[in-house]
Amino acid sequence: MSHLLEVKGLTTTFQGDFGTNTSVDHVSFYVDEGETVCIVGESGCGKSVTSLSLMRLLSRSGEVTEGTVFFDGQDLFAMTEKELDKVRGNRITMIFQDPLTSLNPVFTVGSQIAESIRVHMNLSKEEAKARAEMLLERVGMPDAAGTMKKFPHTLSGGMRQRAMIAMALSCNPKLLIADEPTTALDVTIQAQIMNLLKDLQKENGMSIILITHDMGLVARMADRVLVMYAGQFIEEAPVKELFKSPQHPYTEALLGSVPTIHDAADRQLFSIPGIVPEVYDEITGCRFAGRCPHYAAECDRRQEDYVFGPGHTAKCIRRKELLSPRKDAN
Amino acid sequence: MEKGTGSVMKKEPLIRVENMKKYYPVKGGIVPHTTGYIKAVDGVSFSVMQGETLGLVGESGCGKSTIGRQLVGLEALTEGSIYYKGMNLSEMKKEERQRIRTNLQMVFQDSYSSLNPRKHIYEILAQPMLYHKISTKETIEKDIVRLLDMVGLPGSVLGRYPHEFSGGQRQRISIAKALSLNPEFIVCDEPVSALDVSIQAQILNLLKSLQEELHLTLLFVGHGLGAVNYVSDRIAVMYLGKIVEIGSAEEVFRYPVHPYTKALLEAVPVPDPEAEEKERGILQGEIGSSEAPPAGCRFHPRCPYATKACGEKEPDMREVAECGSGAIRQADRGSSVMQAAEHGTEACRGHYVACPRIMEK
Repeated sequence: MSHLLEVKGLTTTFQGDFGTNTSVDHVSFYVDEGETVCIVGESGCGKSVTSLSLMRLLSRSGEVTEGTVFFDGQDLFAMTEKELDKVRGNRITMIFQDPLTSLNPVFTVGSQIAESIRVHMNLSKEEAKARAEMLLERVGMPDAAGTMKKFPHTLSGGMRQRAMIAMALSCNPKLLIADEPTTALDVTIQAQIMNLLKDLQKENGMSIILITHDMGLVARMADRVLVMYAGQFIEEAPVKELFKSPQHPYTEALLGSVPTIHDAADRQLFSIPGIVPEVYDEITGCRFAGRCPHYAAECDRRQEDYVFGPGHTAKCIRRKELLSPRKDAN
Repeated sequence: MEKGTGSVMKKEPLIRVENMKKYYPVKGGIVPHTTGYIKAVDGVSFSVMQGETLGLVGESGCGKSTIGRQLVGLEALTEGSIYYKGMNLSEMKKEERQRIRTNLQMVFQDSYSSLNPRKHIYEILAQPMLYHKISTKETIEKDIVRLLDMVGLPGSVLGRYPHEFSGGQRQRISIAKALSLNPEFIVCDEPVSALDVSIQAQILNLLKSLQEELHLTLLFVGHGLGAVNYVSDRIAVMYLGKIVEIGSAEEVFRYPVHPYTKALLEAVPVPDPEAEEKERGILQGEIGSSEAPPAGCRFHPRCPYATKACGEKEPDMREVAECGSGAIRQADRGSSVMQAAEHGTEACRGHYVACPRIMEK
């Protein structure tokens, strides 16, 4: 079966003051129909740039230098802007962390949603408005008819994000890219939004790419997880597999450094020393090597994806070696 | 409120807050005048013992940061009093209060805006120490290097400016700044919310070890419940300007009693994909307006257990051990009320809750 979205060797560079920086370095992944793929990683690792690259929404200083993106059998990078407009906001839609900056402050919520419907669907003004109201109701807006006439700044953060989701859903997309959609929201509102996304997915079978740094959300939402570090996917695994047996030391450390509400009083949180490298073009070997407790000379060689199970790969050359003595000891 | 809870509480707490209120006036009308008040903090009482960490959690806009700011003197109280070692801060003379203020410090969420961008680290740390005569010109350099060492930064950073550091390092500098005047009490206002997970763990561990080393007392304000649980000995849960539940961290998070605490905890995604889905627990609606908070229990419009009576009378704080068996007990067998009934009352001493239904027989 061919995948809904297939990204191969995607590389994005940015023109900085001191030369060119590679932000996303040869990443490949796929998304199947109806599944949720989570991209996790720390800030600055290239999660958002990956999603913007495949939508061709990069700012002027950014450029995709290599790679292909196929969506539903179509090559997104070979399309003209006009053709792409038929896909963007229609079959692939996006929601962002800060809904206030993504909504136009001088138009009412209703007119913005209706506009995006009219752009992509052949509907009259009245029909588009009716559909917008129906969508607002669907995303759990308490007073849908009243909200249609409201301006974005009068809504609360959670309601704005609901309005964004309504707009994103307006044309029954096949793929929704959610870039940290609940990072700015309270946990109770986050739970509401995530439930809503899950329900909507069940209803119309869309796929979701969820970009987040919250391991809790990953556990709740994902089918498959891609762990990103310094511009590369360093591990890919089905969600249960990833939490049960993380293979890359970075994933392991990341999971060990999350405090939870069920922790016992004497738990010692694992903290990764050092910081994420800001410029990582020069690092030829493993990019986590500088912070890794298992560093050895072979880590400076170029890392490949090593297979650890069905659908489970990790970029760690030392892993198999690290695993075996531990097994002997037991 | 917390007086007379047995021998444990006889010691005078380091910080005691009584009936703290903060109202912000709302201006409006054609001729601008005060049309109402935002009741950010509306009658809060608690105490923090020497050497302990009190966590303060709640949704944004519930008033948790305002409490922290009032404690260190960044905001004036509308009503109520703060006692530091039994002394009422608002009744003190100005000079005396200023002297004591150095013992109460704060670490902010955004380390970038809380450090002066035009001063290098040496100046940022040296000025307050020299002003308050904690150090002298001869010893200042040694003292600063010692401070930086405590927060895990090399002495070589002294000549650098705040923008040259990463977020985690800047937060370390903020902590060093707070520590520079040898305080006894530090308010940490969401110190890790803006940081990445791996850096967050570094800062949390640093705070914990510093507290042990220097016998600090902390008020840790945060909305990341996992982080609050990690550093806190006791936890207070706030909703719309009021504390609804307070007790030891283990009690409050493992055996929550107030329906809001339960809902809040259930909303936190657990980093375990095999964990059961808690569909029923999703809290509906949003936090109300603090300009016109609901009458009675402020949580009752969102509460699944609410009755008509909940909207009429404002609930008092009651110790869980002395509570009756309300509807909430029926609904959840893991709660502290059950625990009290089963294992005697000792296990939930010091665990207070403000819920009207909890007193039902």
